Amino acid sequence: MIFRVIDKEELRKLFYILVADNTVIGPVQKGTDRDGNPIYVFEEVFYFKDLKLHYTTTKLPAKRYFLPFKEDLSTFRINGNDWEKSVDYNIDRPYIFFGLHACDINALNKLDKVLIESVYPMPYYAAKRKNMFIIGFDCIPQPYCFCRSMGADTVLHGFDMYITDIGNRYFIEILSDTAYNFIKTINAKEPKESDHVRYMKTVAEKNKKFTAHVDTTDLTKILDMEFQSEVWEYWGEKCLACGTCSMVCPTCYCYGVEENVEIDLRSARKTKHLYSCNLIDFAEVAGGHNFRFERYVRLKYRYYHKHRGFVEAYEESLCVGCGRCGEACLAGITVPEVIASVRGEEK
Amino acid sequence: MDTQLKFKDIVRAEEHRRQDDLGRFEYSYKAEITSVHPLTEMENLYQIQIIDPEERRNFKFRPGQFLMLELPGIGEAPFSISSSPVMHGTVELCIRKVGNLTNFLAKVGRGTRVGIRGPFGTSFPMEEMHGQNILLIAGGLGLAPLRAPIAYVQENRSRFNNVDIIYGTKDPSQLLFTYQYDMWRKDDINLHIIVEKANKSWKGPVGMITKILEKMFSKRNDPFYKNTYAIVCGPPVMFKFVCNTLTEIGIPMQKMFVSLERRMHCGMGKCCRCNVGSTYTCLKGPVFDYWTVMNLKEAI
Ligand SMILES: Cc1cc2nc3c(=O)[nH]c(=O)nc-3n(C[C@H](O)[C@H](O)[C@H](O)COP(=O)(O)OP(=O)(O)OC[C@H]3O[C@@H](n4cnc5c(N)ncnc54)[C@H](O)[C@@H]3O)c2cc1C
Ligand code: SF4
Ligand code: SF4
Ligand code: FES
Repeated sequence: MIFRVIDKEELRKLFYILVADNTVIGPVQKGTDRDGNPIYVFEEVFYFKDLKLHYTTTKLPAKRYFLPFKEDLSTFRINGNDWEKSVDYNIDRPYIFFGLHACDINALNKLDKVLIESVYPMPYYAAKRKNMFIIGFDCIPQPYCFCRSMGADTVLHGFDMYITDIGNRYFIEILSDTAYNFIKTINAKEPKESDHVRYMKTVAEKNKKFTAHVDTTDLTKILDMEFQSEVWEYWGEKCLACGTCSMVCPTCYCYGVEENVEIDLRSARKTKHLYSCNLIDFAEVAGGHNFRFERYVRLKYRYYHKHRGFVEAYEESLCVGCGRCGEACLAGITVPEVIASVRGEEK
Repeated sequence: MDTQLKFKDIVRAEEHRRQDDLGRFEYSYKAEITSVHPLTEMENLYQIQIIDPEERRNFKFRPGQFLMLELPGIGEAPFSISSSPVMHGTVELCIRKVGNLTNFLAKVGRGTRVGIRGPFGTSFPMEEMHGQNILLIAGGLGLAPLRAPIAYVQENRSRFNNVDIIYGTKDPSQLLFTYQYDMWRKDDINLHIIVEKANKSWKGPVGMITKILEKMFSKRNDPFYKNTYAIVCGPPVMFKFVCNTLTEIGIPMQKMFVSLERRMHCGMGKCCRCNVGSTYTCLKGPVFDYWTVMNLKEAI
């Protein structure tokens, strides 16, 4: 691993070098919420002043750039009984992501496991993922963040470089040769022992700021044992089955497919749209039978997939603890509370 | 230095070691409906042939696997392959009219071009059953997936001992593949049919499948059960009853195979619609042994 330190002013230079020839996506502020807190979103950035690197958490992950809510899987030209199919992976250029937090990069690494490294790799995702140049940026733990419990507060791979604010300077970890070449265009130095000390101090201070926790010890077994537990019904009573939790989740990838003929009757398209297992018809089949009719069964299934099924398959959970779902849920359902109640800790 | 990032075209990127796999994701074989044969009011048998001769030769599947059938602009859905694995590149699907795609299919005629992806999923371990007795048990539309292993048994009849087909439907009008019953019998397969409700012309037994099983087992003995495999296809309530009856008489759960049905939108472990418990029906199934099914949450 290669480390560098730069003066803070150098980051602006790096940004303008990158933005001159590339599309840069980063956290920007879009107004404030009811309580006066800033709302952040990932969007294309043109000016360094708009890039809010010390942002809290964006409402939505950068998902639309790698798992768009709606995208065509194929299109058809129809000619009588016959047709021609064409497939496009819907990406035409690389994107630079400037300022992703560790949790969001970990989310991508988890998605890679299912969507790239599995039996049937998914080209629509792979094409976008392979064209992401990622600059990670250190974060400040919020009251709803439990990434540390999920082992997602630090990230080891899946990015090009990672920046940590160590007070007087930025400490940079470089993973890819492309990132190395970019860094060469600005004034970067080898870190000294004093920089190492500052880095370690920054990390230690950050660790003290985590307040939300989830106990994952033996969780797969507990979820199996408590499958019939009435706590699920308690949460199911509250849940509105709106699906917002999946929409804001950086690791939810479930989808549905729909086909439509265009009005001219000469072409058709097959469209994929992200779905949520909390929506009523997620597991409904033709003829009307629904394998998960009750809300609580669907809510339970979302937890079961993330904290049980995925762990069985990949030895890690499909949740990075970003807390977005809990923050967005109108019913106030949060992961730490649900898991605690399943463990019999509190309700 | 060049500060513009290069676009990586994963389709052409030579360094990508699974380039072919990526292309295969949305690849469909173009195929033609070569015949449509009504079986009952609700079900048709479609014969579908892959158009490209090379692709047709290379298309192989095992009994129990399914494919995704697509009519562009109308829809795509999973169907069990209901024909012999020996007929490369030509498959038969027995399809019930229940929704968008299936009703539309019933209206189009032969000559219509469809897309097929697959074959997907696990299969019945036919080779493992060589030298053994087989119980092939179907309820209702469950005979559709069962027709592939039946064809396998017919083609390899000498490799199996006793073979019984036990088939039940609601009433006689719903019986599928009636024209094949004599051929099955000719191939030394015992065929037992039962309906829940008889009509005037029905002379056979009336009741549930388990009634046939109980009668059958009263005439057979321990060595028979020790060397018997069962394949059970039908609605969950049906295979639950059947498998429990089979367990009681001493057939191990690992020697019973069932096929699960769930909503599916990809067939490749991506959309999650088919999830059952902690696994995917499209990847780890649709064929599961009964032991696995018993240990999967939400399976029955
Ligand atoms: C492994 C497997 C094998 C099957 N084999 C057969 C068979 O041999 N014969 C047969 O008649 N039917 C079979 N089915 C059921 C068949 O897939 C549904 O009848 C079909 O999806 C209905 O599609 P539709 O567009 O007409 O219905 P709609 O209600 O309009 O459904 C829209 C979409 O929802 C999904 N969907 C709805 N119901 C089901 C379902 N039961 N299973 C999976 N996806 C569903 C499909 O993607 C479908 O295109 C099988 C299902 C599975 C999972
Ligand atoms: S848990 Fe909350 S966000 Fe998710 S579906 Fe239920 S109400 Fe909506
Ligand atoms: S489940 Fe909730 S906390 Fe976990 S990754 Fe998804 S949005 Fe974040
Ligand atoms: S059908 Fe999509 S995951 Fe199984």
